[in-house]
Amino acid sequence: MLTVAEVERIARLARLALSEDEKARYARQLSAVLDYAAQLAELDVEGIPPTASVLAVHSVMREGDEVVAGLPRADALRNAPDTDGASFVVQATFDEE
Amino acid sequence: MLTVHAARERLRRREVSAVELTRAFLERIHALNPRLNAYLTVADEAALAMAREADERMARGEDTPLLGVPVAIKDVLSTRDMRTTAGSKILANYTPSWDATAVSRLRAMGAVFLGKLNCDEFAMGSSTENSAFGPTRNPWDETRVPGGSSGGSAAAVAADLCCAALGTDTGGSIRQPAALCGVTGLKNSYGRVSRYGLIAFASSLDTVGALTKDARDAAIMLRAMEGRDSCDSTSVDVPPIDVDALDAARDSLHGLRVGVPVEYFSDGMQPDVEQRVREAIAHLQTMGAEVCEISLPRTHLGLPVYYIIAPAEASANLARFDGVKYGLRVQGRDLIATYMETRGAGFGAEVKRRIMLGTYALSAGYYDAYYIRAQKVRTLIKRDFEQAFAQVDIIAAPVSPTTAFPLGAKTDDPIQMYLADVFTLPVSLAGICGISIPCGFDREGLPVGLQLIGPAFGEQRVLEVAHAFQQTTDFHLKKPRLSCEL
Repeated sequence: MLTVAEVERIARLARLALSEDEKARYARQLSAVLDYAAQLAELDVEGIPPTASVLAVHSVMREGDEVVAGLPRADALRNAPDTDGASFVVQATFDEE
Repeated sequence: MLTVHAARERLRRREVSAVELTRAFLERIHALNPRLNAYLTVADEAALAMAREADERMARGEDTPLLGVPVAIKDVLSTRDMRTTAGSKILANYTPSWDATAVSRLRAMGAVFLGKLNCDEFAMGSSTENSAFGPTRNPWDETRVPGGSSGGSAAAVAADLCCAALGTDTGGSIRQPAALCGVTGLKNSYGRVSRYGLIAFASSLDTVGALTKDARDAAIMLRAMEGRDSCDSTSVDVPPIDVDALDAARDSLHGLRVGVPVEYFSDGMQPDVEQRVREAIAHLQTMGAEVCEISLPRTHLGLPVYYIIAPAEASANLARFDGVKYGLRVQGRDLIATYMETRGAGFGAEVKRRIMLGTYALSAGYYDAYYIRAQKVRTLIKRDFEQAFAQVDIIAAPVSPTTAFPLGAKTDDPIQMYLADVFTLPVSLAGICGISIPCGFDREGLPVGLQLIGPAFGEQRVLEVAHAFQQTTDFHLKKPRLSCEL
C-alpha cells in the first residue's frame, strides 16, 4: 500500500496540487492498480526485447530543407492565459537577487 | 439512417443539397442533443458555410466520396477555429489554429463538420463519464453509458446525428463504444492514419479512425484519411484501401481462415454476449469460412501492461498543460505553485490518477520494474498475434465482456472500469487493426459487438469480411427508438 507521503512525492513530481481527500483516495486506488500490475513481476522476460514502438522506426534525414511559413505570432498567443501582445506573460522563474 | 455512401448518392443525384442535408442534421442535433449530450460544440454557422461551399463545388462538377457529407469529430482532434476541449476543463476555451491531418484531409474532400463530440477527458476512460462536460447517454437506453472514450462519436452515429464520426482508439476507445452503441468502428493499425493534431494521450498507442453505420463507410473514411504525413514521423504509406473491392469479396468467404481465441471467452462474461458472438462466428462459417480455435496466451496480461505503458506516456504528454501557453491558469504564489494549482484544478480524477500512475512507473527505482518490464511483456503480446496470424487470416472475438452498463455503475472502481477494455487492449498494444460490428442484441435489447482482428495493415481483409457479414445480416441496420423522434 502506498503511503500518503509517497503520494505527495509523486504528486510533486507530476506537478499536481491534491486535496487531503484526493491523497487518501489515490493512495488506495494507485495501490490497487499497482497490485494488479504485480503479476508482471512474476513473468520470465529474460532476453525479451522491450517494445517502445510497434513500427521499425529509425532516424531519417529531412528530405530537403525548405523555408515554409511558421505559426503567426498572433495565432501562437491566441489561447494564452496572459500575454503582453508579443509574448507569454509568466511569473518570475528566479528570485531577483 | 443515412450512411456516407447513401448521402453522397443523394447529393450526386441532386435529390438534396449539402445545405439542406446539413440543416436537417443540425435540427435533429438541437432536438436530441440536450438529452444525449453527444455534441460538446454544435458548429451551426461553420457547418452551413462548409455546406454552401460543397454545393458550389458540386455545381462546378466536382465529386469526391465525402463532398457535402455531414460528419462530426471527437473533441480530442484539433479543428481550425473550432473549439477543441479534449473533454477537459483545462482546455474549455481552447481554439486551435490548425486542423489535425485526419481533419484537414476530410476538409479538403469537402466534408461538412457539424461539430465536436463528447469523450472521456483526454480520451481516458471507457464510459464517457470522465468528460468534464457531463456524460453522453446511450441512445439505446438513456440510463446507460455509451462506452468510451469515443462515446459521443458512437452515440451520434447511432442516433443519426451525423453520417459518420471521427474517433480515436488507444486501448479500445473506438471499438468498445461502437459495440455498446451498435455501430461500426474500425481501429486502424498504428501509423496508418497520421496523429498530427491529435491531442496526445499515449503516443505509441494512439490511433485515429472513424465510427460509421457500416463497413463500406468505414472503408471510405479510412481511404480519405490514411497515408504518410510529413508532420507525423510514425505515419506510413501502405497500399490504399480499395473501397470497390469490398463488393467483389462479399458473396463468399470460402478459403478464409478464422481463428477464435479461447482466452476471449472468459468466465466473467455476460452469457448473451458470448452467445451472440458465437452465433456470428457460426454465420461466418455458413458463408464458407473455416473456423478454428486458437490461443493468445498472454491476453490477461494486456490490462496490466496497458495500465503501466499508457499512463507513463500520458504523464509525459500531459506535462505540456502548465497554464502558460494555452488553457486554464490558476495563479499560485510562485511559478511551481501555479503549475500545481493549474493542473490540480484543471484535470479530472481519472486523468490525475493516470498521471500519478505514470509518474510513479517512470520514477527512479521503479522504471525497470514497471515500465521496461511492461514493454517486454508487450513484445510477448505482439508475438502471440504474429504466431496466430501464421495460422489464420482473421481473428473473431467479442469486443467487450458486457453490453452497455448503467451510468455510475463503475465510476468508483477503476479496475472494474478498466476491465471493460480487456478484449481490446491487446490489439492496441500489438499495433494491429480491429473492427467492431453489430452482431445482435442481449435480452434487454442492447447491442452486442463482434470484433474482427487483422494483422498490421490488414484493414482491407478485415473490411471485406465485415462487409460480407453485413451484406447477409441486418444488425447494423437496427436503430434505437428515441422517444423524441423527429
